[in-house]
Amino acid sequence: MFDLSPTDWMAIEVTLKLALYTTLILLVIATPIAWWLANGRGSPGVRTAVQALVALPLVLPPTVLGFYLLVLLGPAGPVGSTLESWGLNHLAFTFQGILIGSVIYSLPFAVQPLQQAFANLGRRPVEIAGSLGAGRIDRFVTVILPMTRGGFIVAATLAFAHTLGEFGVILMLGGAIPGETQVLSILIYDHAEAMDFDSAHRLSFGLLIFAFAVLFIVYAINRRFDTVRL
Amino acid sequence: MTRPEPDTLRIKARLERPGFALDVDTAFPLEGVTALFGRSGCGKTTLLRIIAGLEHPPGGEVHFRDSVWQSGKTFIPLHRRRVGLVFQESTLLPHLSVRGNLLYGYKRTPEPLRRLHLDEVARLLGIDDLLERRADQLSGGQRQRVALGRALLTSPDLLLLDEPLNALDTQTKREIMPFLARLSEETGIPSLLVTHAPDEVERLATRVAFMHDGQLERLEPLREALARADSPLFRDEGAVSVLQGELGPADTHGLHPFGPPEARYRVPSTPGAANGAGRPARLRIDARDVSIALTPPQDVSILNIIPVTIETLDEAPGHHGPARVLAVCRQDDGHTLMAELTKLSTERLGLQPRTRAHALVKSVALLD
Repeated sequence: MFDLSPTDWMAIEVTLKLALYTTLILLVIATPIAWWLANGRGSPGVRTAVQALVALPLVLPPTVLGFYLLVLLGPAGPVGSTLESWGLNHLAFTFQGILIGSVIYSLPFAVQPLQQAFANLGRRPVEIAGSLGAGRIDRFVTVILPMTRGGFIVAATLAFAHTLGEFGVILMLGGAIPGETQVLSILIYDHAEAMDFDSAHRLSFGLLIFAFAVLFIVYAINRRFDTVRL
Repeated sequence: MTRPEPDTLRIKARLERPGFALDVDTAFPLEGVTALFGRSGCGKTTLLRIIAGLEHPPGGEVHFRDSVWQSGKTFIPLHRRRVGLVFQESTLLPHLSVRGNLLYGYKRTPEPLRRLHLDEVARLLGIDDLLERRADQLSGGQRQRVALGRALLTSPDLLLLDEPLNALDTQTKREIMPFLARLSEETGIPSLLVTHAPDEVERLATRVAFMHDGQLERLEPLREALARADSPLFRDEGAVSVLQGELGPADTHGLHPFGPPEARYRVPSTPGAANGAGRPARLRIDARDVSIALTPPQDVSILNIIPVTIETLDEAPGHHGPARVLAVCRQDDGHTLMAELTKLSTERLGLQPRTRAHALVKSVALLD
């Protein structure tokens, strides 16, 4: 059952690397966005627009997202051509390219649990910490983080798990270059295309178990902290 | 704006929200307890939040003593204003113990500025035994005392108390009041107390700022606020007098003398209250518990009969029927004493301003 080929191992490595980097980047990006959405000032119209923008990957076919990213990041696109004019490579069919795609694709899964955790927290604890002499970063580390720990765990787990399940964006943007952009979901597709059902089954079953375990953990945490609903 | 006086908090702010406008330009003396009194929605909490730096109305000005907290582009954030905040609901940080909560601000206060320390604050607030508890293991009253202690331990320059007793039941309120009352006296930290409860003002305030519809209508010493028949403090529960003085040692009947010989009360001590002689205290006297006699009555059970001069006679505030009169009387020591009478008695006795009379005080409540 577990005699995986070197290609399989390479795909597992790329997948885990992609999911890990995506999660780390998302925690950094999603935290301020979620805080602003939950507690920020500014016009309600702008906030609603940002909220909708963040949620877009939930409803958009991944191929649409992948297509526009391909256009944007490829050699003829504004980002890709700018990079090339600086002597760098464009990002289509690269690991960095699919990393950018993954971050955008999983953004709502990181933002929404955090936003809910921050909304439940409210402004009060932060105001109190401020009155006690704690500056911005101090408040984040000593008040917000410990009090919304559950939200961060859920956000990180979901971002990670959702990246594992990514297919369409990577197919459009990354192709299937082994060791670079060939992730598990793509490899399973390739195995099935080649009628190698045994290999496809090995990887699929592994993913199935892994995804269940991740969600089980999320819901268990959710119950314990009772801060975030999915 | 003129140069701010050294010991005041000057604030000038305009703020418009849908259905609400705040427009305040005033200076609070930084001494004792200033109560911000008014109905809910009158803007007192918003004013407090501007002072704390939690609201940032454009064009607003906040000057604390010699320092500028807000003016033009200058804006000092809350964590550098050295202000202690206590809100109505529990705000203890749930992931920290009581000790952790108390020391959160203390640790962030530069050492030379620390004037109050854990032991004395814990003793002052009676929370010495709770230090190792978790925040969620405390009762409502204990939580508020810890919140107060936590604010005090930053040795703040100013305490902002936003209805700190509002969420507490009467019993718990009674238990915390003495701590609040002692606070400004023992620590010397000026405070602003937002409240809509007249009894809190009577008990705790040095002066009162009356707020109405986003405006500060009047800032006056408590004594003056209690000396006029139309005081907003009397609007809901009727007129009261609050006398400030010193309580003497108990006599053989367990009664304490209060006030100078020309206006001497005898007051039963309240159970549980400290009984040190010569301590400052406040007496609260309901105007409905005061009757007027033209000659000193001989055979009555009432202990406290105080000679007074009647100053004004007005219709009584509150709604007790049309035929009630509020007599504002002056005791010989200068304190004001209110008596609520029926119109009939007023006419029968022929009471007029400047009539000499005797006030029969049926019951007094010792506040401190």
